[in-house]
Amino acid sequence: MKFIGKFDPLKDEVVRIMDKNGKIIDEKLVPKMTDKELIDAYSLMNLSRRQDDFQNKAQRQGRLLSFLSSTGQEASEIGYTLPLIKGKDWFSSGYRNNAAWLSVGMPMRNIMLYWMGNEYGGQSPKGVNSLPPNIIIGSQFSHATGIAFAEKYRGTGGVAVTTTGDGGMSEGETYEAMNFAKIHELPVIFICENNKWAISTPYKKSTKSLNIAVKGIATGMPSIKVDGNDLLAVYAVAKEAVEHARSGKGPVFIECDTYRLGAHSSSDNPDIYRPKAEFEEALKSDPLIRMKKYLIDKKIWTDKKQEALDKKQDEFIRAEFDWAEANKSYELEDVFNFQFAEKTPDLEKQYKEAKEFFAKYPEVAKGGHH
Amino acid sequence: MKVLNNVKAVSEALEVAMEKWDDVVVYGEDAGYEGGVFRATEGLQAKFGEKRCFDAPISEAVFAGVAIGMAVNKMKPVVELQFEGLGWPSLQNILGHMGRMRNRTRGKYPTPVVIRMPMGGGIRALELHSEAMEAMYAHTPGIKVVCPSTPYDTKGLILAAIESPDPVIVFEPTKLYRAFKQEVPEGFYTVEIGKAFKIQEGNDLTVVTYGAQTVDCQKAIDELEEKNPDVTIELIDLRSIQPWDKEMIFESVKKTGRLLVVHEAIRSFSVSAEIIASVNEECFEYLKAPSMRCTGYDIVIPFDSGEAYHQPHPKKILVKMEEILNYKF
Repeated sequence: MKFIGKFDPLKDEVVRIMDKNGKIIDEKLVPKMTDKELIDAYSLMNLSRRQDDFQNKAQRQGRLLSFLSSTGQEASEIGYTLPLIKGKDWFSSGYRNNAAWLSVGMPMRNIMLYWMGNEYGGQSPKGVNSLPPNIIIGSQFSHATGIAFAEKYRGTGGVAVTTTGDGGMSEGETYEAMNFAKIHELPVIFICENNKWAISTPYKKSTKSLNIAVKGIATGMPSIKVDGNDLLAVYAVAKEAVEHARSGKGPVFIECDTYRLGAHSSSDNPDIYRPKAEFEEALKSDPLIRMKKYLIDKKIWTDKKQEALDKKQDEFIRAEFDWAEANKSYELEDVFNFQFAEKTPDLEKQYKEAKEFFAKYPEVAKGGHH
Repeated sequence: MKVLNNVKAVSEALEVAMEKWDDVVVYGEDAGYEGGVFRATEGLQAKFGEKRCFDAPISEAVFAGVAIGMAVNKMKPVVELQFEGLGWPSLQNILGHMGRMRNRTRGKYPTPVVIRMPMGGGIRALELHSEAMEAMYAHTPGIKVVCPSTPYDTKGLILAAIESPDPVIVFEPTKLYRAFKQEVPEGFYTVEIGKAFKIQEGNDLTVVTYGAQTVDCQKAIDELEEKNPDVTIELIDLRSIQPWDKEMIFESVKKTGRLLVVHEAIRSFSVSAEIIASVNEECFEYLKAPSMRCTGYDIVIPFDSGEAYHQPHPKKILVKMEEILNYKF
């Protein structure tokens, strides 16, 4: 163990491998990653950031209902999802997890569909074990615990990862889930992305704890705080935690110390409540810039490569968005078909009633009466 | 055949299910070693081990939520809530996730959880131990709700619930746990969810009820029929609250022309409201009197000293039946 049990949250110790300028602080802690793995991880961070930007513009044009951006949290989200094995491990998300969803294999078009108000976006494709965005804060911790219970029960070796924000740590269910998971020594990693703001409530008004990581200690599980804007640190710690859980040693709690650079949601304006100086200070720790500097110093990245990547990703984002927009509506059947395994007689009757009505008055199905 | 009371029928159902399916686990507060406060899970831990029947920490939100995760990952959890009124923290997951997960993942992750809970009053219990809020669960899309009143139905409906690909809430009338015994077949059998049971045939009035009130209604009907030998009452035990057996009830009301619905749950927005509204839609021209109900009032369930004011009683049911039978347009 390089990290777990070595960095003590009760002393507010933080795992950090690279500094704000992407310079390595402690070579001994650097995780083994090939150049390709590093570039792939960075590309995913970049993709998520650009998707956030694109969606913000689309939302202002009224082409997206509303969404919650991951801008500022990319190192954390990519860091803790990279050690997962696709098709074997699980991700039980919160609602601000764009980079993580991309990383576990959710097609971007699904994510977009979800934010356009289509439940098909919440369906992970075959081979991807990911629950849809979770709007009810905290319950994703319980679901991950149940999923992990099933993995341990069957001995199938999968690990579940779940995450919430600093605000989510005020929910009783987050503690309840960690307690349950530790009682049964389940293979689940609980993450708190402490991004300092729960909509407009600052971290300092959410808790009087020394840090968030200490909240895991009460359950008896190893808990650790990591610089959430340092991809190398999050990845290294998460990898160790996943191995710990997979080997049967039980759950781990990780606090990723990060910052929400964007708004809470596309309907929110942080300028109202967020001190400007704090935001500008936070920009200096932007995980994307930090990672880019690291790759450039390592001589595996250039501004020219960046330009080409941006261009390629923008085209991809546009194509995914166009697809989602063209496919966002669905048929009447779809609102009746997924309530139960089979429609009850009453539901069948209601479906027929609706079908007859909309056949006669198709304009009502288009909405627009507001 | 075995002769069992209702609570033993619960244990029997769980034992049969755990033998039949390896992925059934049973848990709840004190549900493991002790077998729960009503001993419904007694003997299961001894037989199947702590891995499959265990005590949950006192945190209802999480054990409903954990069941959802288990079900997403293809297990069949059966959760025991100690009392319905102590389960409110679990509503977040039952209403917010259990009923919705299939739909929000377009069928990829159904959550066929079974949640059992003792319900109803008449047991001289403390506050929050006598609730009957089945309408609230029945009102939630994506969830099925059953309420057996006999040992045969208890075993058969619990097994049907565990076999079901959908989440099912099983309300077990606390008052009936040890009220009487009945012969119950050994081994596996199911009672279909959505089908009512006609306790007795009649021509003049249809009485629809479920749970502990099946017993009260039977008493009231026996008294009425004894007093009026030319009057016969049709008594139907709903058994399944959502979906409910519209076919049987409409057919019966069309025959008798009169309907009384009886339950102890509070009146407004209740199961009786749903049944009477549906009968109005489907059987209006057959009715010889307005459909009526005998229910609890819209009040916080009184403590023991006042509980008798609230609970349907055979006398209250009798008075209501006479009111309908004597009704003149």
